[in-house]
Amino acid sequence: MNDQTPISREERIEKLQGLGSSRKRVEDARFTQGAGNYVDDIKLPGMLFGDFVRSPYGHARIKSIKTEAALAVPGVLAVITAEDLKPLNLHYMPTLAGDVQAVLADEKVLFQGQEVAFVVATDRYAAADGVELVEVDYEGLPVINDAFKAMDDNAPLLREDIKDKMEGAHGPRKHHNHIFSWEEGDKKGTEKALADADVVVEELITYQRVHPCPLETCGCVASMDKINGKLTLWGTFQAPHAVRTVASLITNIAEHNIRVISPDIGGGFGNKVGVYPGYICAAVASIVTGKPVKWVEDRIENLSATAFARDYHMTGKIAATKDGKITGLSAHVLADHGAFDACADPTKFPAGFFSIVTGSYDIPVAYCGVDGVYTNKAPGGVAYRCSFRVTEAAYLIERMIDILARKLDMDPAEIRLKNFIKKEQFPYNSALGWEYDSGDYHTAMDKALASVDYNALRAEQEENRAAFDRGETRNLMGIGVAFFTEIVGAGPVKNCDILGLGMFDSCEIRIHPTGSAIARLGTISQGQGHATTFAQIVASEIGIPAEDITLEEGDTDTAPYGLGTYGSRSTPVAGAATAMAGRKIRAKAQMIAAYLLEVHEGDLEWDVDRFQVKGNPEAHKTMKEIAFASYNQAIPGLEPGLEAVSYYDPPNMTYPFGAYIGVVDIDVDTGVVDVRSFYALDDCGTRINPMIIEGQVHGGLTESLAIVMGQDISYDETGNIKGATLMDYFLPTAVETPNWETDFTTTPSPHHPIGAKGVGESPNVGGVPALSNAVHDAFAHKGLTHTQMPHDHWRIWKTAQKLGLTD
Amino acid sequence: MIPGSFEYHRPSSLADAVGLLSSLGDDALLVAGGHSLIPMMKFRMAVPEHLVDLQDVKSLKSISLDSGQISLGAMVTQAEIILSDELHVACPILREVSYQIADPQIRNLGTIGGNVANGDPGNDMPAIMQVLDATYILTGPDGEREIAAREFYESAFFTARQDNEILTTIRFAAPAAGHGSSYVKQKRKIGDYATAAAAVIVTMSGDTCASASIGLTNVADTPLWAENAASLLVGSSLDGETIKAAADAAKAITDPADDGRGPKDYRTHIAGIMVQRAIANAVDRAK
Repeated sequence: MNDQTPISREERIEKLQGLGSSRKRVEDARFTQGAGNYVDDIKLPGMLFGDFVRSPYGHARIKSIKTEAALAVPGVLAVITAEDLKPLNLHYMPTLAGDVQAVLADEKVLFQGQEVAFVVATDRYAAADGVELVEVDYEGLPVINDAFKAMDDNAPLLREDIKDKMEGAHGPRKHHNHIFSWEEGDKKGTEKALADADVVVEELITYQRVHPCPLETCGCVASMDKINGKLTLWGTFQAPHAVRTVASLITNIAEHNIRVISPDIGGGFGNKVGVYPGYICAAVASIVTGKPVKWVEDRIENLSATAFARDYHMTGKIAATKDGKITGLSAHVLADHGAFDACADPTKFPAGFFSIVTGSYDIPVAYCGVDGVYTNKAPGGVAYRCSFRVTEAAYLIERMIDILARKLDMDPAEIRLKNFIKKEQFPYNSALGWEYDSGDYHTAMDKALASVDYNALRAEQEENRAAFDRGETRNLMGIGVAFFTEIVGAGPVKNCDILGLGMFDSCEIRIHPTGSAIARLGTISQGQGHATTFAQIVASEIGIPAEDITLEEGDTDTAPYGLGTYGSRSTPVAGAATAMAGRKIRAKAQMIAAYLLEVHEGDLEWDVDRFQVKGNPEAHKTMKEIAFASYNQAIPGLEPGLEAVSYYDPPNMTYPFGAYIGVVDIDVDTGVVDVRSFYALDDCGTRINPMIIEGQVHGGLTESLAIVMGQDISYDETGNIKGATLMDYFLPTAVETPNWETDFTTTPSPHHPIGAKGVGESPNVGGVPALSNAVHDAFAHKGLTHTQMPHDHWRIWKTAQKLGLTD
Repeated sequence: MIPGSFEYHRPSSLADAVGLLSSLGDDALLVAGGHSLIPMMKFRMAVPEHLVDLQDVKSLKSISLDSGQISLGAMVTQAEIILSDELHVACPILREVSYQIADPQIRNLGTIGGNVANGDPGNDMPAIMQVLDATYILTGPDGEREIAAREFYESAFFTARQDNEILTTIRFAAPAAGHGSSYVKQKRKIGDYATAAAAVIVTMSGDTCASASIGLTNVADTPLWAENAASLLVGSSLDGETIKAAADAAKAITDPADDGRGPKDYRTHIAGIMVQRAIANAVDRAK
């Protein structure tokens, strides 16, 4: 009667490779053999290539554009400028932040690298030759490269296109270079707490402009089929469905006639959330020529024109009692958004979830305000491997806590333990309005401190400092402690949307007659391993081995609608949808099993991969048997087949947290930092695939190292971007990357169907303050309060020099 | 990042290569390993109409050691230098510096000739060749001529090589038996040029320094042979004060650029630190 040879319950569980299994990544077979299929691998018959003429100026008026010489290059078919896009009303496009962005520069350029003209040719070489020959006559204009000067009375007007529009997407604009003001919390109460406090610390903490720098740059292939009227767009899209809807709205092509496909994506980290001029220009070029058009940016274009991250100038103030209990927090941010506000945030949150800035601490009153300004820099403001503006918030609070500890002569770990939200306070309502779903911070911190033998490290540091003062060593040891709380899984449709699209997500599961399955999701993996981990969720929910489940994402013609993958939302939202779809299937399977076993549904219980009669496990039907029955038996009252779809609107965000401790040795004569050890404890709730979690943590920590020790997208006074190649922009190799030690506690999310919280971004959020705190800690006893990142060699040497420690 | 179009030539003899350079004139560039030139072409900072590739010129690929004279063909790669045990025994600084050039993939293609002939102040080998007092052999339409590495570099990317000449061979005497050497390079990451780097070769006579040679990389628009700094060491017992004085003398001849590696004062300071550390290593290794 049963088709399975009898095996033990444990063996049946193991066979599923479900939740908790360190199943190997199914994606890696193709990636490690060079058989991935990325945008640039797509080759279509007759395909053309587009390439941009970009502005060499940070701010200039375009006096003329001459295209004749470019058009004379053999193979160059067209040179598109803003004038060509105006009749189509496509010379500007809406941004995710409620602003507009020039697709091709309209009368003036606002940042170096801005798109000015799009050359379309039969091959890449001809396109690049054409780009060289487009003659643009510019008249230079004064440049704003410093956000603090953007709202000066005499600051040059950057955005002529909106100069009369003083009501922005997020309220009134108070200066022609002002974008928005946004605030949260109790301003008066916070001011009072600061005024009444025993101790107040205040610091300007800048989180420098950086870039996510995925290994694969952005690109697309647009193919307009003029016979059936369908536009297919392959691209490096972290949110393919949203791209389809936006493309339909701005081109007036009906949404069913647009198919968006995200093929394999070589890393996103937020860089591939936005819509870029290259996509629009490729689509227009394909519509005009009737041929497929490919656009793929190079590394310099990626670093200098597609979305940056951070660039937050944050002034923090903490009020505390003299024994170190925090009584209030105030934070004000001057946010440099570049030339257009293309920040990727849910619509109602122009500064993302920055108001998570109270962190892991029970702070009775708090206030935060953010002012966004325009400058002559590239647009963007994406969440570089973090939830929206969460890493900025975590950096601010974690630096400020250390500064407070130093002021009170307390240990950084001790002051954190003293102020943590306690386990029994969850769900916890923060002073800035978030409901933290769950947490157990003391347990995590205690485990971290014990694991690294924190007291021994501090004792060793005492000896090191004494030896340094005696002239026996030129190295200083620093210990960095950080404890972060993320807010991820955007998000509840009631307050989270992007361009009006609610931030739910989806999964559709179809069981095949022989008991294998396909699951399709509204998300898209960029390296996270969705095909591996989401199959594990399905496996545990419906009892079909993960290896028998195909997982598909990224094709809007086949996948259910979803808002994509960023902000650690895939597991909290689409992962929940996957579990819920699995439960719908199981509910129907139970009815089928009841019919087959001739019992009432209520007499059945689920056991790993089957329904069995309560008290009589020999009488059972496996999911495989049920699947077959669903296709070949006429069951009264039930439709044939076994499939389900779930659209999941999360009731709340999830709040992963972690305790990170890094130890550095700094050569004060050279400024070289050696990360001796780094311990990362993450609590991401239920752990789906521990191996993938570990990989995520390693990757995120390596990015945090890059940010802290070197990444810096800066501009000189004339608006030139400095260091937009990988010679200067720091991507660590294996040589620069230290050993990462990972650990965990497990505090499941109470509202998520499987208790998972998301982990991909935690290490970037926690790693940055931990490493920066370690660098500061090395010099703290010599009087260093704060110094801005990046902590690269020369800046550290300057710090040591200012403290009188080196020549 | 797409180069302009060019004609590609691949001569199989030195004579053919020299002939091509003469007949093609200014529009031709030589390519050896290509790891400096190809990026320049992709930036369109170099737009040659003709590229003359030397990789089939077998006569430029030899390493020879003959009664204390070392001769390296221009097309010997960094990887081949690392792999040569004979070379390592005779002149260990060559392997030490080669390991600090870029990364393994680049070292598999990057050549010693390209490294010294390109005139990039960031390249590591020129300072080594100055420290070793190497001679470069150039072949042009009128035959061969020799020039000292210490005379070769004029300014960034400008050298004594004429456009119609090929740097074919690098020749130098192996350092004295028992010498100590070191190349200390600070960089931001693998693949980067030096923030500052120093090469030092010393010989000792008991506790006294008998000879010394010091070179610096990437702290001026040419490699630097720090003659004065080295002369301070000779005859001294290499006490801390003398080493400091030598480092100061080396710093005095630097003129580094302000760039992503740091401001000028920092890079000058690092040059001094590199000199001190290279001297310490070299003395440790001397017998």
